[in-house]
This record gives sequence, structure tokens and C-alpha cells, in this order.
Amino acid sequence: MNNTKSIAIGTAMLCGVLAAPFASAATTLEAVKDKGHLQCGVTSGLPGFSQPDDEGNWTGIDVDTCRAVAAAIFGDGQAVEFTPLTAKERFTALQSGEIDMLSRNTTWTLTRDASLGLNFAGVNYYDGQGFLINKNLGVNDATELSGATICIQAGTTTELNLNDYFRAKGMEYKPVVFDTSEQSLQGFVSGRCDVLTSDRSQLAALRSKLADPSSAKILPNTISKEPLGPVVRQGDDQWFNIVKWVLSVQINAEELGVTSKNVDEMLKSDNPSIKRLLGEDGDMGAKLGLQHDFGYEILKHVGNYGEMYERNVGPNTPVGLDRGVNALWTDGGVLYAPPVR
Amino acid sequence: MAESTMKPPKIAIDPVAWMRQNLFSSWYNSLLTVFVGYLVITSAGPLFTWLFFEATFLGDKPSDCSGTGACWLFISERLNFFIYGFFPQEHQWRVDFMFGLMALSFVPQFIERFPGRKWFGLFGLTGLPVVGYFMIPGGWFGLEVVESTKWGGLMLTLILAYIGIIASLPIGILLALGRRSEMPIIRGLCVVFIEVWRAVPLITVLFMASVMLPLFLPEGVNFEKLMRALIGITLWQSAYMAEVIRGGLQAIPRGQYEAADALGLGYWKKTGLIILPQALKMVIPGIVNTFISLFKDTTLVLIIGLFDILGTVQSTVTDPAWQNVAIEGYVFVAFCFWVFCFGISRYSQNLERKLDTGHKT
Amino acid sequence: MNKQAIDSKPASPKPWYDPRVRSVFFQVVAIALVFWGGWTLIDNTLSNMESRGISTGFGFLDETAGFGIIMSMVPYDATMSYGRTFWVGLTNTLLVSAMGIVAATIIGFIIGVARLSSNWLVAKLALVYIEVIRNIPLLLQIFFWYFAVLSSLPSPRQSVDVAGAVFLNNRGLYVPEPLTQDGFGLVWAAIAVAIAAVTGLRIWAKKRQLATGDIFPTFRVGLAILIIVPALGYLAAGSPLTWDMPELKGFNFGGGITIIPELAALWFALSLYTASFIAEIVRSGILSVSKGQTEAAKALGLPSGLTLRLVVIPQAMRVIIPPLTSQYLNLAKNSSLATAIGYPDLVAVFMGTTLNQTGQAVEVVAITMAVYLTISLSISLVMNIYNRAVAIKER
Repeated sequence: MNNTKSIAIGTAMLCGVLAAPFASAATTLEAVKDKGHLQCGVTSGLPGFSQPDDEGNWTGIDVDTCRAVAAAIFGDGQAVEFTPLTAKERFTALQSGEIDMLSRNTTWTLTRDASLGLNFAGVNYYDGQGFLINKNLGVNDATELSGATICIQAGTTTELNLNDYFRAKGMEYKPVVFDTSEQSLQGFVSGRCDVLTSDRSQLAALRSKLADPSSAKILPNTISKEPLGPVVRQGDDQWFNIVKWVLSVQINAEELGVTSKNVDEMLKSDNPSIKRLLGEDGDMGAKLGLQHDFGYEILKHVGNYGEMYERNVGPNTPVGLDRGVNALWTDGGVLYAPPVR
Repeated sequence: MAESTMKPPKIAIDPVAWMRQNLFSSWYNSLLTVFVGYLVITSAGPLFTWLFFEATFLGDKPSDCSGTGACWLFISERLNFFIYGFFPQEHQWRVDFMFGLMALSFVPQFIERFPGRKWFGLFGLTGLPVVGYFMIPGGWFGLEVVESTKWGGLMLTLILAYIGIIASLPIGILLALGRRSEMPIIRGLCVVFIEVWRAVPLITVLFMASVMLPLFLPEGVNFEKLMRALIGITLWQSAYMAEVIRGGLQAIPRGQYEAADALGLGYWKKTGLIILPQALKMVIPGIVNTFISLFKDTTLVLIIGLFDILGTVQSTVTDPAWQNVAIEGYVFVAFCFWVFCFGISRYSQNLERKLDTGHKT
Repeated sequence: MNKQAIDSKPASPKPWYDPRVRSVFFQVVAIALVFWGGWTLIDNTLSNMESRGISTGFGFLDETAGFGIIMSMVPYDATMSYGRTFWVGLTNTLLVSAMGIVAATIIGFIIGVARLSSNWLVAKLALVYIEVIRNIPLLLQIFFWYFAVLSSLPSPRQSVDVAGAVFLNNRGLYVPEPLTQDGFGLVWAAIAVAIAAVTGLRIWAKKRQLATGDIFPTFRVGLAILIIVPALGYLAAGSPLTWDMPELKGFNFGGGITIIPELAALWFALSLYTASFIAEIVRSGILSVSKGQTEAAKALGLPSGLTLRLVVIPQAMRVIIPPLTSQYLNLAKNSSLATAIGYPDLVAVFMGTTLNQTGQAVEVVAITMAVYLTISLSISLVMNIYNRAVAIKER
């Protein structure tokens, strides 16, 4: 095919020379260590999840998940570089090795797990799809939305859920698809659509960006399950385990009451669970290919899950989300991390 | 101009006569003038009122804006972001230094009598990228490294357009020579390459470069996103460049080739010493024109998530602190592009006129 | 120089100095390089895809898409396959390209002629238009039309209402849709008859002009036939046409034809932008016709209208067509910017959502690029044929 040929010439010409100095590393962990930093894919801007300020400093719960992994590897939560990705780009970026892990409010589904060559390493936020609507339209329930024009972000599971929901209810809708959540918000503000649909956490974040957040409300209906979590490439179990256990350590730490503030005192704790968690007892780190005190580093630099939540999306932030199902299982939520043992 | 040439006698311009001739020469023209004039006056009035008379220029917070006119505070408050993107404040002097060098190299090109302006231009084409390579990313001579993910705004736009054009020039020359080659296979390959790249939209090229290029490379080899975008832009642009240069090659009279052959020059000497210098000189306006279109096309990188000047503006117009500043933002970007493109196109038109007189008999 | 040297055959050159040998050598090297490069790339890609567990092949085209698309020219709903989304995207791309080409040509010709107008105000205004529009990036203009202009339109409940039939609001432009009833076949037949009659008339008029020199007012008579005959057919069949009127239902208007704002913004921006380039092409085309031609026509006693139609335009077209073709190509390629504002064109629907849902980047991008290649090649082909038709026929 002509395409392949031309691409071949072109890339061969340019890359042949450029590619030489790069050496390939066997595992993701080694590659990350060689680079000296973790390359993490995030959204290009979503308050509470990942958002850069004018100086390019990133904050958010997805960002903190990346920082925790960096802290576990390097003992430094700042050894991360962020690649802002659109929803369209995210999987190819991960598949191609451009990023080491993807932490971009991505929903865990069977298809993504099985046919994209990816693995979901856990859930850092349990979410569900909802609707944001202007109050003055007087709609109180999603079942009244027949015929509505709905703004939506391209390349997301929400596109499919929306269709399923409306079809099941026998209702009509008109989808207006945008590339980024920012544009879909712009579309909603400009009146292009009646309703903005997305994960409820995103809606809360986007609502906080409205000039008058009280002019819009989130409908009570949750039309889907959206477990959001970090994603890694298939085929590197060690890396998969690292990302999975970094998250588990954070959740276990909250359960055990270890925070970034008291972690130094906790080193002296007699509780065997805490000792294992912080690397004072047993060698949990070596099993993952990490330092023995990786748990301590995570908690020292990023903190436990609860801190991460309160700091970025909790009730005292502009996003203002209650813990809800994201509370620990002991508090009636669904967060239940396997033990560090 | 020779001393002996006499200037045409000055005609006293009588405004009434001028208007009669240019605006009201017939009933049809008069009607047209009145109609168009009415349209211009009714639309220009509110436009200027919004742009200038009722616009807010002074102040430092969103509430200072009048609301009836444009809110230029939004631009002045966020200007740093629009120019440098996320580039750290304390290192921005490096970018300023490059802006200065760029101005120094290219502004003299607009001034006819500037001494040695050719050398300034030559520096702009060869030295500038080298200096930039050390200055912007850093990591040399004690300059701190600034990752390409932090580059943005006007600076990124200029880098993309500039590197795109400089890198595509040599590839374009080779492709153009290949397309004029007498070897059928080489010619065929070049034709296919050029036509394929010219047929596909830049956005698909960028998309391919941003998400697929890594799949083509051996495992472990990777580029930054910006680098991949640059590779895509360069390959795409070199196809256009090749066509411009081919135009120059075709315009060289056959005698020049034959004379070079008669002197016994080999292919590369003939091309390098006789043909290319003449052809390239002839196509400078064409190259400048492709530069303008590339410059405008660099805005497309925002679709693959790079923050060029339009990207930075697009990402800030939804800021809840500022109300309805989308139009101001777009007008600002439009103005930036317009100044660059209009200036450069004027330059190329001048050049064209000058080069033209040298070649037409 | 002695005589013997001239008589003797020149020593045959060393093989590596022989241009033919060299040429073969270089070409063999080039082919080898291309094959090596291509093979490396394909090998890399395949091994990368395998090691990362990415599915390959075109089987995904038959899978159910499961997402909605706001506008489609071909019947589509979410239960159809990804293959169908391809056709939806493609037809939407073709639609906006075709609309853009028509509008850009009309605006471009008007502005180009206005640029040469003897009226100072009109000429300067055209100049300002050209210089402003063509020096601003197209993507910015699309954003401007979409985000800035759209947000100033009223909401559906406060729509701008033209005679209760046409509505404009921030959801789009709603116009009545003609619905053909039984018996409309007669109207189609009448149109066919009218076209045949006009064609016959043209042939007859030309013959008559060649024979007698008299000019028959073909255009006016032809136009009359084209209007009157179908109108008679329409009345004879008992007005078999009803209109589906748009009306406000719930959130939005239902019925009629909707031009969604994404299409409108893209169409405006593409047409206005390309028109500024076409205007310059038209101007230089008209200027390229030497004054001697018009003077000669005048000397022959041709009226100025005929001079324009028979002398200036045919010659100007020869200069205009080639650059016009490349502008059409640019427009078709630029329509891919649709993805930035969510108009469901090929890039947005197929290379966007479909790619993302299936994850099969290589296949999807290859198909998309092949489509653009085909579009480009067909436009150049058509324009080349036309170009050949208007080119100077030299003996």
C-alpha cells in the first residue's frame, strides 16, 4: 500500500538516525528507573482529578496516584512527568509505551481489559454516570430527558452508557460530541445542549467551573457503574503488581490510621500490620522489586487514600464530593484493600 | 532609479473629482457606494466601540471590566501564559533571549539598506536553531532542564513553525531533485511520497504521529509528544516544500544545465553550484508563502493536546473567574497571527516583485 | 592533438564511471532501503502489537458500534456496526466538502471581481476581506463561529422565527422538509423532459448560428422551459408535495430539516476562508487576460457582456482552474478540522470514537488516510479532465 511505503521512507529517513542512542530496557520498572522519572498520562485539565496551574504544577487525585507510584519507586513524589492526554489518545499512548501508566479517570470494563492489551490495577474512585442540567429547565429526573440534546466527551464509555440508557427507556436524544471535557463544558455553557453527561465526579468538577455553580444541578439518577482506576500495559506483571499495591497500601494505611503527618511516629508502632506496611517488618518491597520501606515513602510524600481524597475532591474543595461509596468498608463504603502480608 | 527619469507631472487631486470618478461614476456605482457605505458605517461603529471606546484596558481583576466593551484585562492578566505556556517564570529570560535573536535576524530583512542583512538572515536560518537547541530545553552550561511538556503558548507556535520549515527544506530539496531525476524508480518513489503526504490532512498526520509513531518504532524507543508532532509536521511540510522547489528547478533554462554539462561538472557539482543556487533564489517567495500556511496550520497541534497559543487561550476562556471572554481571546490570537502572517506576506510580495524584474526581459 | 588519437575509439570508461551502471546501482540501493525500512516498520509494528496484546484485523468493522451520532446522511442507529459508522463519517465529510466548495466558489468569484471593481469602496472592502481572512488560522475561525457566535444565539424557546416556518436558535437552523406524495413521478418526468428540450435547443441554436449568424436567446428561453415545464407537471399531478414543518416539542424542535450548528460553523469558516484564496486566484486570472484581447473584441463590435462571456472568461478560466483545484483539495482536507468542534465527519466519528472504542489504531488510521487519498485523487482527476477541456487547442 502506498501509505505504508511513504510512511516507511519518511520515518526511516528521520528515525533511522535519531533512534540509535536509545537503549531498550527489559521491564517497565527498569525503564522507569533508567529514566529517573515516571511518565504518567493524565487528563489535560479536570479539577480534582488532574489539573495544571499556570506554572505547570499538577494537582488532583489521579495526579496523586501517579505521585504515590513515583514515591514507591524513587522515594520522591516529584519524580513524575505528566503527559496530558485526550480521551481518544489515552490507550494508544499507553499501548505504545509513551507513558508508563495511565491515571486518567478511566473506567474499568471487560473490553478494555481484554482486547486493548491493558490491565486495570485497581480503582481509585468509584463513580457513576449522571446528568448535569440547567435548573431553569425544571427537570428533576433523567426519565424526563426524552428529546434532549446532550453534550458528551468523545471516546468515553459514557457514550455507550448513554445510548444504552436511552434505548432501554425508549427515549430519543441528540449527542453532541466534543474532544475534551473543557469543550463539552463550553458547549453546555453556550447553550448548545440541554444536558451535560459524564461521570458524576466529573460533573461536580465541571459544575465548579461554571460562573454560577448554583444555576445547574446534577440529577439524582446514576445510570452506570464507573470504577475509575490506574491502567498499565499487559505483559509486565511486576509493574502491574507495583501499581496495584501502591493503591492498596494507601487504602490499608487509612484503615490503620497511618497518615503523612504521623507516619514517622508510626514507625515505632508495635502493630504488626503497620510494621509490615511501613517496611519495619518483613520484606514486602523486595517481593515487588522495590525498596523495603516503599510504604513509608508513599505515605510520607503523598499520604493515605483518605488524605488524597480530602485534599483533591473532598467536601472542603471546590469540587466538593462526599466520600459516599468511596468510604472504607468499615465506614459503609466499598474500599476494601487486600492485606499487606 | 536613474536620475534622468522624469517623474510624471503631479495631478492636483480634487476630492470631488476623485469621488466622482471612483465612487459615483454611474447610477449603478452610486447605488453600490451608498449601500456598501451604509453597511460599513453601521457595522464598523459598534465594532470599534466594542474593541476600543468602551473596552477596558486598565485594572487587574475581572470585576474591573465594563461589560459593554471588550475586556482586554483578560489578555493582559494571562499574557504570560499565552506567550510562554508553563515555562517556569525564572527561566523565561531564555525564551526572551531567543525572541530577541529571532528579531535581530529577521527584522533587518525588511529594511532594504541594512548593512550585511544577508548575514543576519543566514544566521537566522542556521545559527538560530543551534542556539535554540541549547537555550530552550536547557541541560547545558548550567542551564536547568525545562521539559518540553512545559513549553507552550506563542513560543511553542514559533518553535513548531520554525523547526518545521527549517527541517523540511533539505528533505524538500532532495525530494524535488528526486522527482526531476532521470532514474525511474527514484522518481517514482519521490512522486508517491509527495503525493501521498499532500493528499492527507495535517490533522490525520499529527494524529498518526502522536498515537501511532510509537507503534512503528522498536520497543523501548520513544520520543516526546512534541518531537513526534515535529516529525509529522516536517514530513508533511517537506512534500509541499518539494513542490515549491520543483517549480524553481523547472524554471531554470535548459541552457544552464547544458552549460554545466559542457564544463564537465558531475551531477552533484552541477546541482549544487549551478542549478540550486538559482532555483532557490527564485523560489524564496514560494518558500515564504508555505511558511505562512505552516505557521497558521501549527494551531492544529491543540487537537493532539499540545498547548500552542490558541490552545492556551482555548483552555483559559472557560475560567469561571472571567465572564464571556471567548471573543476577546480569539480576537487576541487572531491579531497575533495576523500581524505575523500579514507582515511576512508583504515581505514575500516585495521580494517577488524585486526578483521578477531580475528575470523577466 | 594527433590524428591517431581522434581515430581510435575512446577507451571505455570504468564501470563505476558509466552513468547507466551508476543509475542502476542507485536505484537498486533505493529499493533495498525502502524495502528494508518498510519491513523494519511492519515487523516492529506487528511485534509491538503482539507483545502488547492489541487485536488486529478488520473484524471490528462488523461489531456493534453502540454509540449515537447526531447527524447522518445514511440511516444509522447505535445498533449498527462500526463499518456503518465509517459510512456515516464519510458521507458527512463529503457533504460539508461539497457545500463548502460551492459556497467558497460563489463567494470567491464575487470578492475576486469586487477586488477589480472600478468602485473604490467596493475594491478596498474586498481587499480588506482578503487580507484579514486569509491571514488568520482556519481553526481559529471555526472556533470563533462555533463558540463565539453560537453562544450569542437564543435558546430554542426564544428562537428567531421567520414566518413560522424557519427557526434559528443555538441548536441549529430548522427549515421545512419537502415530502413527496404519490404522483410526484410526473414532476420528475417533466424535469427530465425540460432538460432534454433545453439540450436539444442548444444544439439547434448553435447550428443555426453557424449557418445564418443569427444569435438565438438560448439562455432566456432555456430558463423559461426549465421553470414552466416542471411547474405544469406539478400542477397537473395535483400539487403532490407537502411540507414537514419544524415545531417545538419538549426540549427542542422536531420535524423539518435541521442544520446543526457544528455543520453551519464549519461550513461558514471553510467557505469564507477558502473564498479569500479563490478571490485572489480569480483576480489574477482576470488580470492575466491581456488588454489587447478586450480591445480586439471591442474592435470586432462585440458588446461588453459578450466580450466578458466569450473572450475574457474562457481565457481567465485557463489560468484559474489549476490553482482552484488545489484550493478545492485544501478545503476537502481542511474539513477534517470538524473534529475540533464535534461535527461528526470521518476523522471525528471514525478516527475518533470508533478508534477509541476498538483500540485498533493502525487499521482505522490506514482506512482514513486511504479515503483522503482517494478523495484528493478524484478531485484532481475531475479537474484535470475539465482543465483539458478548457485548455488552449493548439494546432
